[in-house]
Amino acid sequence: MKRESRTVEFTLNGAAVSAAVDPGSRLSEVLREDLGLKGTKVGCEAGDCGACTVLLDGEQVCACMVPAGQVAGRDVTTVEGLAAKGGLNALQQAFHRHGAAQCGICTPGMLMAASDLLRRNAKPNRRAVMDALGGVLCRCTGYRKIVEAILDVAKAQAPPVDPPAGAAVGARLAKIDGQAKLTGVEAFGDDVAPRDALLLRVARAPYARARFTIGTLDRLYADHPGLLRVLTADDVPGNNGFGIYPHIKDQPVLAEDRVRYRGEAVLALVGEAAAVRAIPEEEIPILWYAQEAVAGIEAALAPDAPAVQEDKPDNVLTRGRLVKGDVEAGFAAADHVVEGAWQTGFVEHAYIEPEAGCARRVGDRIEVTVTTQAPYMDRDETAQVLGVAPEQVRIVPSACGGGFGGKLDVSVQPLLALAAWLTGRPVRCAYTRPESMAASTKRHPARITARAGCTDEGEITAFRFHGDFNTGAYASWGPTVADRVPVHCTGPYFVPNVAASSTAVLTNEPPAGAFRGFGVPQAALAHEALMDMMAEQAGIDPIEFRIKNAMAAGLETATGQRLEASVGLVDCLEKVQPYWEDWRTAAVMRNAVKKTVKRGVGVGCMWYGCGNTSISNPSTMTVGVSRDGRVTLYNGVADIGQGSNTIMVQICADALGVPAGTVGYVMGDTDRTADAGKSSASRQTFVSGKAAELAGADLRAQVLRLTNAGPKAEIKIGKRRIVVRDGADRHEIDLAALPELAAGDVLRGSGTFDPPTTKLDENGQGTPYGTYGFAAQIAEVEVDVDLGTVKVRRMVAAHDVGRAINPVQVEGQIHGGIAQGLGLALMEEYLPGRTENLHDYLIPTVGDMPEIEVIIVEDPEPLGPYGAKGIGEPALIPTAPAILGAIYQATGLRMTRLPVTPDRLRAAILARERDGGND
Amino acid sequence: MGSYLRPTALGQALEALGEGPRTIVAGGTDHYPARVGRQIDEDVLDISALRELRGIADTRKQVRIGALTTWSDLVRAPLPAWFDGLKQAAREVGGLQVQNAGTLCGNVCNASPAADGVPSLLALDARVELSARDRVRELPLSEFITGNRRTQRGHDELVTALIVPKPGKGARSTFLKLGARKYMVISIVMVAGVLVPGRGGKIADLRIAVGACSEVAQRLSALEADLTGRPMTAALAKPEHLAPLGPIDDIRGTAAYRRDAALTLVRRALARLMIAP
Repeated sequence: MKRESRTVEFTLNGAAVSAAVDPGSRLSEVLREDLGLKGTKVGCEAGDCGACTVLLDGEQVCACMVPAGQVAGRDVTTVEGLAAKGGLNALQQAFHRHGAAQCGICTPGMLMAASDLLRRNAKPNRRAVMDALGGVLCRCTGYRKIVEAILDVAKAQAPPVDPPAGAAVGARLAKIDGQAKLTGVEAFGDDVAPRDALLLRVARAPYARARFTIGTLDRLYADHPGLLRVLTADDVPGNNGFGIYPHIKDQPVLAEDRVRYRGEAVLALVGEAAAVRAIPEEEIPILWYAQEAVAGIEAALAPDAPAVQEDKPDNVLTRGRLVKGDVEAGFAAADHVVEGAWQTGFVEHAYIEPEAGCARRVGDRIEVTVTTQAPYMDRDETAQVLGVAPEQVRIVPSACGGGFGGKLDVSVQPLLALAAWLTGRPVRCAYTRPESMAASTKRHPARITARAGCTDEGEITAFRFHGDFNTGAYASWGPTVADRVPVHCTGPYFVPNVAASSTAVLTNEPPAGAFRGFGVPQAALAHEALMDMMAEQAGIDPIEFRIKNAMAAGLETATGQRLEASVGLVDCLEKVQPYWEDWRTAAVMRNAVKKTVKRGVGVGCMWYGCGNTSISNPSTMTVGVSRDGRVTLYNGVADIGQGSNTIMVQICADALGVPAGTVGYVMGDTDRTADAGKSSASRQTFVSGKAAELAGADLRAQVLRLTNAGPKAEIKIGKRRIVVRDGADRHEIDLAALPELAAGDVLRGSGTFDPPTTKLDENGQGTPYGTYGFAAQIAEVEVDVDLGTVKVRRMVAAHDVGRAINPVQVEGQIHGGIAQGLGLALMEEYLPGRTENLHDYLIPTVGDMPEIEVIIVEDPEPLGPYGAKGIGEPALIPTAPAILGAIYQATGLRMTRLPVTPDRLRAAILARERDGGND
Repeated sequence: MGSYLRPTALGQALEALGEGPRTIVAGGTDHYPARVGRQIDEDVLDISALRELRGIADTRKQVRIGALTTWSDLVRAPLPAWFDGLKQAAREVGGLQVQNAGTLCGNVCNASPAADGVPSLLALDARVELSARDRVRELPLSEFITGNRRTQRGHDELVTALIVPKPGKGARSTFLKLGARKYMVISIVMVAGVLVPGRGGKIADLRIAVGACSEVAQRLSALEADLTGRPMTAALAKPEHLAPLGPIDDIRGTAAYRRDAALTLVRRALARLMIAP
């Protein structure tokens, strides 16, 4: 039970406040729930993420660790207090100019931490800024733009000017939804519930493999009067299963009699918030019969391993396969053959916003407002769980505080829908951080073996690859990983003979799903190391070797797809080459005199198919003009921080021929927007962007037709009328005179784009993607050889994005991808039951980030909007290989197990010393 | 249903503790993280309003660090060079948010094997002042912490101060922390050292403590004994000097790695201490 309330008087954002609160409750809870100030975000409740940072008497503290009773008589400032309503202070303006907020969930914390600094030091240096931000985690931005923004506050600058009609694409336009993220107004998954919403709390499996029975619930109801409903598998009216694939709904919404991973949902407690929270775990009557769990790929593939899923006795979910040419003949023709084995662990998305949302029943329909990457998939998934038609479900995406693939699978959606459906009351839920980490999907741990051969001249002749991927207890995106990896496993190089295979293996571990790259980042470790090894054996510089073998227009990929255009890899490599030569030489010279701290420089390349693999994945966009001249883009894309709200408007505005600043939007509401697919597979700029271009062009064509104007005519949409100027001619459309089409619009254009792909045959041959992104990154590291620590000092990242619709956002994606790639390389490994928080599971802080120079290469993609293709996943893939290559130059060691933690690297250094290795 | 007390006088606080055990909260930086996702309803004694426990006081022979002294208070305080190591440790506790709220005494009472303040305080020969309604006692820090999350504090006692005796003239100190990332990181190994230079370039007094390599941070007394009285150039730590440590394998590193890294850090700490400021 909650403690007795006590009146606490304090100053909040400059005004006196008197609130009756539990003095022992967290200040964050009081601010958000009692006082309704939702700008202060909760990411961990443990002081590990800093999202809840506020100022207490001017100093930054985590509101989640301040007892409410301690603020009596003191001064509290939250993000809502930074500027007068509707305005931005100088710091917020700098954030806006620099694109320092991506998803925006860490932004209030960052702003408050920076405010604390600027109060003490109006012109801080970089070191001081980093020290001030050291306690706030950001998973999107790689921190670079945040630091730049804070360093820039002191310089007063004019606000950015909106580009004129036709000039939005390519402009460094500030986020059109940026202001709300900077003022705390933006509503994320846990910010949307009405005050009277019931709370849903999930009881989860403490064992990785167990059977269970649920005892009588009478006692629980009797002891906790505010508990209104305990939901079990029996309460699911439709199909008690969900999953990404229409034919694999293998994960129960609520487990029936057994659990297959630690953290699996077993039952849900629904009731008044305080009552539900107060129920001790041990009073929930679940009787467990623990069984021996299958942990890891090796255990799962052992001949006597128990079956994780009863209908898959060999624990193999699916296999992928690709054969091109004659790989044996290819190896026979090689002068040099190299091989290796690589291993990675589970990686957690660690979005700072945990899964959260709210559902309410409206008649025979259910509405779920939720943080998500895939509104339409959520709709269909929720409908089949409730046993209702998809049209009876409405999904309204809240702002999404980071996704990275982890919010593609449903989490709270079916549970909330079920609870609201059955109780008729609004119901909310936000996972705690440990719950989010235990329950949600992860990056697939991989066990890879690969072999490649080349001639003395450095021409690759053959490539063989096998990857086992631990897909955990349920399918999730396992089949996607198994399909995508063989396609990409050679890396962005022309290889005449390829044999590749992959296996998705079931274990009693968290479901491994989608995580920025779908297995390709793991595969890239292998192909990039093999490139370096072949280059070394052939005596060719690693970058020259890559240029020699680089994929180019006119060449065929491993799937036999002939690439026609937009293959900018050589350009990327040539752009990083001058840095490469300087840095490599400097490292060699320095290492000759330094004994303990060794430098090294490495390169990583990648390619990545934009869109879903070999399946139709269309997007549809609609743009309308209302009678009063408002232009609205009905944009079905969930903006998860990557900036699609801005990108889609930029594209559509130019296609229509009006200034971007005059185009409003509706995001991803399944009742109001058409299906634009998922924010995954680096597809939104390419696929939905093309749909937005087509929609804008369609509306423009209609306007020109109505006025009989030529294609170059200028369109000006004013209140109640559209003026079209075509040379000396002037035409007008009286909007009031047009009949309404839908939702107040009198004109509507729409566009659909589905990238051209084909199914892959039994040898993995075909056209899996409409286009590919390419990149080369180089990294310089410093290794303390006595401690095994690695510091990434600086990086150069050259990415072929076809066309940068918004260079600020492209840079932001690259910075953030590098941060996650750095985490993958050096520190991130999720261990079920052991690293279920953000102090045992480490993601990079501001202090871990290298200097980054971004080079945007634009080799236009004819299919894409204005030549554009995706950047989300490409940003991350080359980073870890570049870091590993750099560690090799620094130490002479090829590290093959990720993350390269200090103890692993030091052990490798000592092992070599013991084995009498030289240098 | 628990009660929440926030007295304004030490006497009231000690009275309350005398009536029954309570969870003591100062900065809250260990209290709340240990209660994620739980309704917090235990009996709490919030000592944050006890003004007399604030501040760092310098008396003739010792420095008294009041129980409410935060990491940031320490960093900002004008203190002699032998506090530099402790200040360095303070700068590496959590993020600034934790440094602004968390207290040194809380760190000691929480008694984590990786407590950031403990190695430096051990190297400073710090003592812990414990107050109850009917008594006050002092214990050496090395005796106060008895194990992982275990201390000698009685249920009716409050740690009211840390007391640091002044070392010899010219004393200096250092602190090294090894973690897998920059900022907000739990240590894999920590080394703290205090050195008092003697005549003729010899070491008059040396104290080295290692944290996160045993249940409780340990002083390396054999190393201290071996090097005391020796010239400052001759200092060299050997693997056998790490005998008091008992590192374990955990998610942050293996026991073997900890032992190896501890030796490296001890040597680096010694090298730093040898360099005259």
